[in-house]
Amino acid sequence: MTAPPTLRLARADLDALLDAVRADGWTVLGPTVREEAIVYDRVDRAADLPAGWTDVQAPGRYRLERRADEALFGYAVGPHSWKRALHPADVRLWRASRTADGFAVDDAPPAAERTAFLGVRACELAAIAIQDRVLLDGPYPDPIYRARREATLLIAVQCGTAGGTCFCASMNTGPGVTGGADLTLTELLEPAHAFVVEVGSPRGAAIVARLASPPPPATEPERAAAGAVVARTAASMGRTLDDPARVPAALQETYDHPRWDDVAQRCLTCANCTMVCPTCFCTQVSDTTDLTGDHAERWRRWDSCFTLEFTHVHGGSVRQTARSRYRQWLTHKLSTWHDQFGTSGCVGCGRCITWCPVGIDITEEVRALLAPAAPAPGGAQ
Amino acid sequence: MALAPDPMLPRRARVLASRQDTRDTWTLELELDGAAPLPFAPGQFNMLWPFGVGEAPISICGDPAEPARIVHTVRAVGAVSQAIAAAAPGAVLGLRGPFGHGWPTVQAIGHDVLIVAGGIGLAPLRPVILELLAHRGQYGRAALLYGARTPADALYGHELDAWRARGLQVLTTVDVADRAWTGAVGVVTRLIPRAEVDPARTVAMVCGPDVMMRFTAQELTARGFPAARVHLSLERNMRCAVALCGHCQYGPTLLCRDGPVLTWERLRPLTSVREL
Repeated sequence: MTAPPTLRLARADLDALLDAVRADGWTVLGPTVREEAIVYDRVDRAADLPAGWTDVQAPGRYRLERRADEALFGYAVGPHSWKRALHPADVRLWRASRTADGFAVDDAPPAAERTAFLGVRACELAAIAIQDRVLLDGPYPDPIYRARREATLLIAVQCGTAGGTCFCASMNTGPGVTGGADLTLTELLEPAHAFVVEVGSPRGAAIVARLASPPPPATEPERAAAGAVVARTAASMGRTLDDPARVPAALQETYDHPRWDDVAQRCLTCANCTMVCPTCFCTQVSDTTDLTGDHAERWRRWDSCFTLEFTHVHGGSVRQTARSRYRQWLTHKLSTWHDQFGTSGCVGCGRCITWCPVGIDITEEVRALLAPAAPAPGGAQ
Repeated sequence: MALAPDPMLPRRARVLASRQDTRDTWTLELELDGAAPLPFAPGQFNMLWPFGVGEAPISICGDPAEPARIVHTVRAVGAVSQAIAAAAPGAVLGLRGPFGHGWPTVQAIGHDVLIVAGGIGLAPLRPVILELLAHRGQYGRAALLYGARTPADALYGHELDAWRARGLQVLTTVDVADRAWTGAVGVVTRLIPRAEVDPARTVAMVCGPDVMMRFTAQELTARGFPAARVHLSLERNMRCAVALCGHCQYGPTLLCRDGPVLTWERLRPLTSVREL
């Protein structure tokens, strides 16, 4: 066995690569500019990508700005995650009709179109691995997720820019891609605009084999430049989750911490953080009927632990207060997720910070919750 | 090997018989198409679906030795449970299950058994009692402590004497008595000293309202019942029942997957957390 090849693809040949992906039977989804945000949508040509755009992110803030160059992947992650394609927000599980002997269920087996995800970041590969754990490794694997996951080609891109709310380096999920992708691209802007391409799987190799003019191996300087891109991004990341190894156990000692009251004063329980989170998986299972009452459907829809309805049982909801609902979300993500699924539920992508309308920062909340207790006002007892 | 049926798809379950137990509680007997057996472990639950209304998790309370005869006791408290309770013989309900991790009936073999139930909490414990009585010799001493709000709210009154005759100590209490009631009055925890079991070698199984279970478990551990052998069945919002929807989380547990039955050893640190 030889090591998987590392190739050099000129910027001008990116369309040839996309053609090869499509010729192999994949529809391509990738980043594109829509309504002043970079979101994932259908990408047919390299020209559909956000050339020359970057994003400026901060707690509660997201803006697109022009870059000084024509980089195609010169931004961090936006409000979309690949969860939208793998674990759709709205899916019908089955429909049923009344019959003489009760009812009949009509269930079409889940179908999935072969889809290539272009521009998957390291944190998003980590998020997909977490959703695999949750949705495939339990006692009842989700057939809808499985069908879509198996029909997915992952084309990763190493991050050349740390977003303003990113903290993947401290979560050990990025910014470098360490596996799990079929192809991994690193964008080089100088001396010439090009990509270093690493082949990560036989499916990735099949795409490269379709290229009419095979790309040359990347030179040693090009490979070094690709490594430097990741190192520079990691070094420029301004946010960290402190001491992540200690967090899961330590958080379970904070259930009565006054900080939960403090954050509850700010949290609107709007559920934005759960919608943009690439690992939040909770769904509502609800029934609908038509006006005749003879046809019923069961739908599965994204749900959020920030809603009052989420914990409804006879007698009312268990989590009545914003305090308990924010606490559930944060402790689940960083602590009880480990108990339930053997992994963290957070990849450090920063979306929950950016898209929080009041700018609550999960890393800052954890810091306050786990800080050594301040001396009581009034000095020593 | 054939694929397991999709656990999200309901099967047809026809109501064979319906009986009103109390003011708001009914017991249904159901049968799957072709009288297919539905093997279950005591403490597991099914998701029942009255067509077009919605789904609710309901404990199985039939006899584990008769898996084709599916029995559910339902308290009519919401739209779905009212529709289930109102299902007449001949009606067809959707059924998914059985789900969950039930009572430790195997672990209890060779031990004394103490069953403590409050109100409709007796329903998920009935399969334990039936299994224990069917294999009476495998267990040590056995006692049932049952508390109800009033004598008219007590379940399975017609069966309690039969269970007593087959070797189960049965003690009952009510919160509010009527003129005909000659038994104990007060909370069920007050019956614990009268249970003829040896705390150190007892497996305890407790089901009822959250507050009743918490006080019962505290009283049992105070009297020397080991927390690792005190088992509680919890209720949370079960939606999918297959550990995919997230609604039934209780701290580090997913109740549909890890429960609904869990030990007091595991639950004790969680029950003191409000709104967990």
